[in-house]
Amino acid sequence: MMRLMNRPGRLAALCAGLLMILPGFANAAWDQLNLPRGVTPYSETVYDLHMLILWVCVVIGVGVFGAIFYSILKFRKSQGAVAAQWHESTTVEVLWTVVPFIILIVMAVPATKALVMMEDVTKSDLTIKVTGYQWKWQYEYLGEDVSFFSTLGDASNKARQLGSGVNPEGVENYLREVDNEIVVPVNKKIRFLTTAADVIHSWWVPALGWKRDAVPGFINESWATIKEEGVYRGQCTELCGKDHGFMPVVLRAVSEEEFQKWLAARKTATAGTAPAAPVTVAGNP
Amino acid sequence: MSDAAVHHDHHDAHHPTGIMRWLTTTNHKDIGTMYLVFSLMMFFVGGAMAMVIRLELFQPGLQWVDPQFFNSMTTMHALVMIFGAVMPAWTGFANWMIPMMIGAPDMALPRLNNWSFWILPFAFTLLLMTLFLPGGAPAGGWTMYPPLVLQTGAAFPFLIFAVHFMGASSVAGAINIIATVFNLRAPGMTLMKLPLFVWTWIITAFLLIASIPVLAGAVTMLLTDKFFGTAFFSAAGGGDPVMFQHIFWFFGHPEVYILILPAFGIVSAIIPTFARKPLFGYSSMVYAAASIAFLSFIVWAHHMFTVGMPLAGELFFMYATILIAVPTGVKVFNWVATMWQSSMTFETPMLFSIAFVVLFTIGGFSGLMLGITPVDFQYHDTYFVVAHFHYVLVTGAIFALMAGTYFWLPKWTGHMYDETLGQLHFWLSTISVNVLFFPQHFLGLAGMPRRIPDYAVQFADWNMVSSLGGFVFGVSQLLFLAVIVKCARGGAKARDQVWEGARGLEWTLPSPPPYHSFSTPPAPATIDGGYR
Repeated sequence: MMRLMNRPGRLAALCAGLLMILPGFANAAWDQLNLPRGVTPYSETVYDLHMLILWVCVVIGVGVFGAIFYSILKFRKSQGAVAAQWHESTTVEVLWTVVPFIILIVMAVPATKALVMMEDVTKSDLTIKVTGYQWKWQYEYLGEDVSFFSTLGDASNKARQLGSGVNPEGVENYLREVDNEIVVPVNKKIRFLTTAADVIHSWWVPALGWKRDAVPGFINESWATIKEEGVYRGQCTELCGKDHGFMPVVLRAVSEEEFQKWLAARKTATAGTAPAAPVTVAGNP
Repeated sequence: MSDAAVHHDHHDAHHPTGIMRWLTTTNHKDIGTMYLVFSLMMFFVGGAMAMVIRLELFQPGLQWVDPQFFNSMTTMHALVMIFGAVMPAWTGFANWMIPMMIGAPDMALPRLNNWSFWILPFAFTLLLMTLFLPGGAPAGGWTMYPPLVLQTGAAFPFLIFAVHFMGASSVAGAINIIATVFNLRAPGMTLMKLPLFVWTWIITAFLLIASIPVLAGAVTMLLTDKFFGTAFFSAAGGGDPVMFQHIFWFFGHPEVYILILPAFGIVSAIIPTFARKPLFGYSSMVYAAASIAFLSFIVWAHHMFTVGMPLAGELFFMYATILIAVPTGVKVFNWVATMWQSSMTFETPMLFSIAFVVLFTIGGFSGLMLGITPVDFQYHDTYFVVAHFHYVLVTGAIFALMAGTYFWLPKWTGHMYDETLGQLHFWLSTISVNVLFFPQHFLGLAGMPRRIPDYAVQFADWNMVSSLGGFVFGVSQLLFLAVIVKCARGGAKARDQVWEGARGLEWTLPSPPPYHSFSTPPAPATIDGGYR
């Protein structure tokens, strides 16, 4: 893997990859090139929709660019090409107005369905309120009396200082690690309420398939049903000041039993007067 | 066409010399030159900021600048490039070319013209001096979203007034262009005979007049929120931060077409010239540009799909947005049809124009993808967006500006530019700009947000590639400057028509044209000869 190489080695590999495009793509992991498929029904819908539009664009692009390059090769003055003088055709204009319109409708139908799906936040099993601060997240499990802040992990925070001298390559999950993870159960419909305390932030975990702005004074609703256990990482995506790049989101999806255990431990920790120590679930890598 | 040295007639070229000529001029060519030189300077200022950005992003970790300064760089880069480089460049082209294209002696409002230019150096002095103020330059993004922008330090009022000045300059320029085109066309130059550059500029001028005052209102509300206790954008006072975004993008979306419509006009002039074939579908080009302009007013919320809108709103803005693909597609297809069965040569303006069509279309594709709301929830505010708007603005607007510069430089200076250097500039720019921006699609899709000074290590490889492309692209632009300077200082004498396939009134004038052109209207016969 390229990530394990030293820097000059990686640079050389990249140059080679650029020269030979296909080996380059084979070298770089697919997840460095494309949208992740994600782990929710919505993220999969989004991924399929993304691939559909991408392929529609590729097909149109091949046609249009093909015509341009064919013209460049074929209709050259230096090859003795003589210019025709035709310059309009209503039939053709109507054709290339109507056909794209139909293609758009074909794309709009699944897009509309996906949006309707996303906006249906009813029948949720659990509600988590996410509040953005400069520059950390607060998570509140509504009705569960659990609330905590989540900030950039220490190792990343030390390494990211200007002129720290620490090589980020050596820091595990550089900039994508927090002190307190948000823990959620799998296969439950989780409703996320996003808001902010100071400026606008935006909460994004790509594996869930969406991001949603956290606007001070207003509450936005979104939802996710996570199908696979795992750790999913993201970060703030709305410019929120100096440390906008340093407020990651780390979400751990666990089984229902583990979640209940975690929740109970959290409640005890929150109830105590001592500052809450990070509570992690068994199996933390 | 005869080389009309006999036209040379200096008796009417009385003007002060030295600095007073430039301060007091009301001549459209002088003012056009000042706009273009100013724009080129800002292009390098904004470019230097981009170099800082790419340098910091060359590898993970913070090596060169602190996050606050990085944010200032992204904010200022955008403001300088949009309001300082691209918009004044278009006004410069309009000043130089519109009177000559429509057979007018000058712009309709020459003193306003002088004023609209001379506001700009003051506006940018205000803006750029914030780099040296306590608290640094604005760092809340060029979109100036509250509440964040209200945290700006001493730079805040400078930012607001700089934006006001830039806006006033643009509106004055737009009024002048509308007045000129509607009043000073030569007899026989009917609207549907206008060159497309003139058409796209009239439409642009209306967009400016309709949208810039909205921006002025938005930033004024920011000013009163900051200093006079109002709460337009503060929920605590009964306002709404998202309302700013609605108002801003009601300006902001027409603004992106203000940046690109004149590019459509220039490319529509250059491709027929070097294809030696009339532009395909002239009238559909006009209608398409007008449709795009109309649609640009009803799609603004696609910049803010993630703020939390009702389903009906999301659906409306999605449908309206993807609808823009239809007239834009018509324009691209028309350019391709113009090249079909033509007889092409590939001088530098044509090379840039063909690259424009291909690369702008790539930006159009990513634009279409971004317009699909549910998928935008993933793309929004990532490098995918950065890649998209740089494809439409750099390989779109900037490439068209370069094409137009090479196209008319011989007309302006009377000398041919160095074709070898021009082609070298083209190839270096085109290759490096793709190395610079194409990988940003990958970065965005893989999850890298925009406007961050540092990133997780999985984004390191493509960021390094992108930065390398950026450095080459940046350095290549010095070649552009060299070609322009060399051409202004001398070179082979340009013929009146300059290009074999050139059609239109500007090519009937000598190269360089006299200080006052078309003091008497051109003969109607010469008007009909245009490829339009």
